Amino acid sequence: MALAVEGLSKSFGERLALAPTSLDFAPGRTTVLLGPSGCGKTTLLKLMLGLVAPDSGTVRFQGEPVIAARADALRQRIGYVIQEGGLFPHLCARDNVALMARYLGREASWIERRMAELADLAQIPADLLPRFPAQLSGGQRQRVALMRALMLDPEVLLLDEPLGALDPMTRHRLQLDLKAVFAGLARTVVLVTHDLHEAAWFADEIVLMREGHVVQRGPLDELLQRPSAPFVTEFIRAQRADPRLAAA
Amino acid sequence: MSAVTVQRRQGGTVPLTVRRTLRTASPAVRRGRGWGCLLFLLAILAAQGALAEGLVIGSKRFTESYILGEILTQTARKGGEDAVTHAQGLGNTAILFAALKAGSIHLYPDYSGTVGRELLKTEATDLDSLNRGLAPLGLGVAVPLGFNNTYALAVSDGLAQRLGLARLGDLAAHPDLRLGLSHEFLNRSDGWPGLRRAYGLPQEPSGLDHGIAYEAIAAGQIDVMDIYATDAKIHRYGLRVLADDLGYFPEYQALLVHRLDVPQRFPAAWAALSRLEGAIDAGRMTAMNAAAELDGQTFAAVAAGFLAGGGERSAAGPQGLWAKLVGPDLWRLTWQHLMLVLLSLAAAVVVGVPLGIWTQRSMAAARPILAAVGLIQTLPSLALLAFLIPLLGTIGALPALVALFLYALLPIVRNTFSGLSEIPPHLRESARALGLPAGARLRLIELPMASRSILAGIQTSAVINVGTATIAAFIGAGGYGERIVTGLALNDHAMLLAGAIPAAGLALLVQGAFELADRWLVPAGLRA
Repeated sequence: MALAVEGLSKSFGERLALAPTSLDFAPGRTTVLLGPSGCGKTTLLKLMLGLVAPDSGTVRFQGEPVIAARADALRQRIGYVIQEGGLFPHLCARDNVALMARYLGREASWIERRMAELADLAQIPADLLPRFPAQLSGGQRQRVALMRALMLDPEVLLLDEPLGALDPMTRHRLQLDLKAVFAGLARTVVLVTHDLHEAAWFADEIVLMREGHVVQRGPLDELLQRPSAPFVTEFIRAQRADPRLAAA
Repeated sequence: MSAVTVQRRQGGTVPLTVRRTLRTASPAVRRGRGWGCLLFLLAILAAQGALAEGLVIGSKRFTESYILGEILTQTARKGGEDAVTHAQGLGNTAILFAALKAGSIHLYPDYSGTVGRELLKTEATDLDSLNRGLAPLGLGVAVPLGFNNTYALAVSDGLAQRLGLARLGDLAAHPDLRLGLSHEFLNRSDGWPGLRRAYGLPQEPSGLDHGIAYEAIAAGQIDVMDIYATDAKIHRYGLRVLADDLGYFPEYQALLVHRLDVPQRFPAAWAALSRLEGAIDAGRMTAMNAAAELDGQTFAAVAAGFLAGGGERSAAGPQGLWAKLVGPDLWRLTWQHLMLVLLSLAAAVVVGVPLGIWTQRSMAAARPILAAVGLIQTLPSLALLAFLIPLLGTIGALPALVALFLYALLPIVRNTFSGLSEIPPHLRESARALGLPAGARLRLIELPMASRSILAGIQTSAVINVGTATIAAFIGAGGYGERIVTGLALNDHAMLLAGAIPAAGLALLVQGAFELADRWLVPAGLRA
């Protein structure tokens, strides 16, 4: 398994964010953590990166338990994209993307080559690279954030509502492009969203969560046809598009 | 004290107007500059140590003390002592005494009554008693200069002649005389209450500000006022000092307070200084005070005139503001002022930024650190200096630099703290998620993002320091304050402005320099 969690749990004070949970994420597959706000999907993602310390349980990356002392080294092998992009405002797009590679002492020519590849992949024109985040559109920022996450060719890519802050048109275009990128990379991808359609679009497998618990795990069809609990059906029905729109 | 309060207030208000735009050096640039300045500071300290080899004569910050200090200095030089320094206008008795005990100065002029009452807390003012009290401290008094600058009452010459007034006792026969006395004199036990009993005076005096009393007596609104025996204005206003025939007022004999080792260490100078015994009478001192205070002569010129055998009124008249502003000391004072500001600021950056980082990291550390640097800010500067002198065992640049450094900490610590605290949590998390270790996150992400706020804090401190550095003159560290202190002592507004104007100009320059630094040092993305 590329990434696995065993008995992982977390509470913030009185509030249970994640009940003891065990999951694994197979290499080359895209898993979507789906659920309403506060269901624990983002907490699970942060626990896997070690950004939040668990109350119990372990995270395994390529079979090795993740411990605090090695967390930085492991994070360099995991790409991470958040809703607002998380780009540093004092660095231009190019410097944001190259930050970690430069810190690790990669050669300038290597960085240039990789930058060009990724700009191509993320469809960012070269003339946007010297711009600061504040001078880019929301969609461009997410594309640059994706470039930054992929710079060191990580084995795992974690995305937390990467399209959540975008307008519908931009979001749609980026959905198309992202799926192509995932397919081309053949990496382990874990994407967090509350949007059923987005989940359906990206997921090889969906993990539906509610109030810190995994309710059901499986491909979309399985959730549709063999819901494990009334909540699954409820959640799906709540987000099902108007049939007239679906037909159009 | 009031002069110092004014200085601190000036320093305190300036930054409020400039707080809006503030920024900082990149960490590497700042670190390099900090180390450079620390080395420079060490060099200055070494130079100071070397300078302290010679005889150092102190003086307080009022006209008479400046002049006497200058007379002593020039006399010691003429006596053949090679290195004599006049640490002039050092502030109040406490500071002089601390400097003397610490060995930063070797002697200074004072008054027997002051030494007895303020330093030894005794009523006795004769030399033997004073020397017995001072000996355990390794100090002594010697060389009474020949005048007694005590309290006295004065009347106008015309009135004195008409009524035949020469002694205090003569006042008793004229109950209708109108007395206008300063509030301090009215209330001191050794002032009016005792005087009235001693001479059986029947008058009911009114309280009057000392400065106004001269005008009031000239205009005939009062008949009698209290003065110091060597007041510069005695001649100007045609006053007659009434003799204290019963010896009521305590003795304030002018004399030297010195470290006991001075006669052996500086024998040539001591021999020359000893010849000043009884050389200055009250009339002569009054005339010299007037030459400096009313005719605008420099202290050095007045002293030189005295040592040349009189003629203190023959030198050039008062200079205009422009001449004082661009006086030959301008570059020396500018250099001293700049060094005081820049060195203390560099040290405050080197210490304050890490402190700010620490407060932001640890909530436990934040409260005491912010409270401590805030508390320092509330200390009156003269009190802080008086405290630092015995602690550091020296006067001059070092305690001034330490005081300025302490005052500069608060804005830097607070702005570093707030600049780092304002970084959005999702960006902190992004930096961690990339796998950057803590040190690299601080250097590459957090400090650059907080740079604008940190630079703003440094700018505030710099501008405050330009104002506060004027107090350095009180302890002999030079700078524009030297002119301000002299101007205050002489009541010379042109001299005061000649110090205040370049200080204000420097504050504006510093502010402009930081605006430029902002363009250079703050990442462009933060301005976009």
